[in-house]
Amino acid sequence: MSLLEIHALTMRFDGLVANQEISFTLDAAKIVGLIGPNGAGKTTAFNCVAGHYRPSSGRILLNGQTISGLPPEACALAGIGRTFQIARTFTSMTACENVLTGALLRHKRVNVARERALHWLRFVQLDAFADKPAGSMTISEQRRLAVARALATEPKLLLMDEVMAGLNPSEVREMVAVVLRIRDSGIACLIVEHVLEGIMPIADKIVVLDRGLKIAEGTPAQVAADTLVISAYLWYA
Amino acid sequence: MKILMKSRAQQIGVVALLLALLAPLLLDSPSHLNLAILVLMAAQLGVAWNLLGGYAGQVSLGHAAFYGLGAYCSTLLLLNFGVNPWLGMLAGGALAAMASFAFGWSCFRLKGHYFAMATIAVAELLQIVFTNWEYAGSAVGVSIPFGQDSWAAMMFSGKKPFYCLALGLLLLTLAATWGIERSHLGYYFRAIKDEPDAARSLGINISRYKQIALSISAFFTAMGGSLYAQKELYIDPGSVLSTALSIKMALVSILGGVGTLLGPVVGAVVLTVIDELSRSLFGGTGRGTDTIIYAALIIAVAVFYPNGLVGWWRERRRVAAAKSKGAAQ
Repeated sequence: MSLLEIHALTMRFDGLVANQEISFTLDAAKIVGLIGPNGAGKTTAFNCVAGHYRPSSGRILLNGQTISGLPPEACALAGIGRTFQIARTFTSMTACENVLTGALLRHKRVNVARERALHWLRFVQLDAFADKPAGSMTISEQRRLAVARALATEPKLLLMDEVMAGLNPSEVREMVAVVLRIRDSGIACLIVEHVLEGIMPIADKIVVLDRGLKIAEGTPAQVAADTLVISAYLWYA
Repeated sequence: MKILMKSRAQQIGVVALLLALLAPLLLDSPSHLNLAILVLMAAQLGVAWNLLGGYAGQVSLGHAAFYGLGAYCSTLLLLNFGVNPWLGMLAGGALAAMASFAFGWSCFRLKGHYFAMATIAVAELLQIVFTNWEYAGSAVGVSIPFGQDSWAAMMFSGKKPFYCLALGLLLLTLAATWGIERSHLGYYFRAIKDEPDAARSLGINISRYKQIALSISAFFTAMGGSLYAQKELYIDPGSVLSTALSIKMALVSILGGVGTLLGPVVGAVVLTVIDELSRSLFGGTGRGTDTIIYAALIIAVAVFYPNGLVGWWRERRRVAAAKSKGAAQ
């Protein structure tokens, strides 16, 4: 049994079909990249898994339990952490308090949660910023802060929405190192990404969407050689 | 002592508390003491409002509903069933906390400005109900006959006991806020205010926590209402259920600094003093001069100190600290 199973996921917005019968699976402690041109339906599929949308049809299972249709807070409790395209930092708080708020899901005592928060800040190498106002950090730092905050909910699966977009090459390397460390600690990652040079070398599997359909699935090498994928990307390039 | 004196803000807090405790001994004139009581009562309402409006970011302009419920509950219980006002005060708080579920159920479907508008409507609705409800004295209101000076019956001819009561209630409300600020609730409220979607992704049930903030806020607001009823011994819909009162609760917080422990207290001092000064200096000169000056000063504070007075103070301290750091290097 896979950690995450997506069966025939379909999501319609009035007349627009954003996802049509998409199926794939994700195993524990693996990195899966969800890629595709603009408007392919990546973020829609991602938001269905995170509970942000209720799928029009199809089923999503985490550890064999149906989670499709659950609200985001129930998905978090079930073990799904997520980040957003924009960091959505809690700007009235310090970096440590941001992560602490995530840690409170499993540890209601603030002192314990603070210890856990400091652990996750070290994990993403932001421990030096613990007492800084979170709003004053750079975009790259806020992205890693959002990852730490999601990790603090102790997920089995972490969803990351374009965590590398807009970062410079050295920041992309930092983020890649963080993602590898997350996988090594036993947490599966589903990453929606535009920055292919960031995701291709580290992914165990790539799923390619185009115009709401899954057009390819396989190792990064297989996908890169797929004629359908090449034409989809060339079409929009 | 060292722990108490961690920062300048805490030093000021301690001095203010000592002054507040000594004030009844220093203030002899009843009018000054009355002004001090008004400040404390406004501060208490601001602190209670701040839990929902400041920390959780849900700006309510209908909090007079809870204030009125508290005032009417303790008063009607006393007049019709002889219930002790101390118990009546708790009953008022409990009733308001329960009523807040209906309030939240109807208003929390809306966000931002629409939420604020819905809260006005709910409070207005309650005011109309009480204005036409014969059992509650209709528009004429209800008066409590004065018995004798007694702490047990919360009835006093002098001002000093009310000063102590208002200070006690303010300190109680501050203590509750202080505790909440440091518990998981405080973090959840701020998360909901800053980024509701991110808060949900961290497993926070935002409807539930907004309702918790509202219920606690309503409880303390209603206790303030009961105290007002015992102090004035007369209530009517215009004095305890008016929208102007709701706006004042919000103003006190916004002026002082939302989402800070002592912001509403600072705001209450400034607002009440401006209110009373403009009235005593300009109240007799013409029609509404005092109100115009009062409004102008509020607008000035809002324009020049958009984060409230406490926010402005913190920013100043931060800049000063950065400067001294720069000078040291």
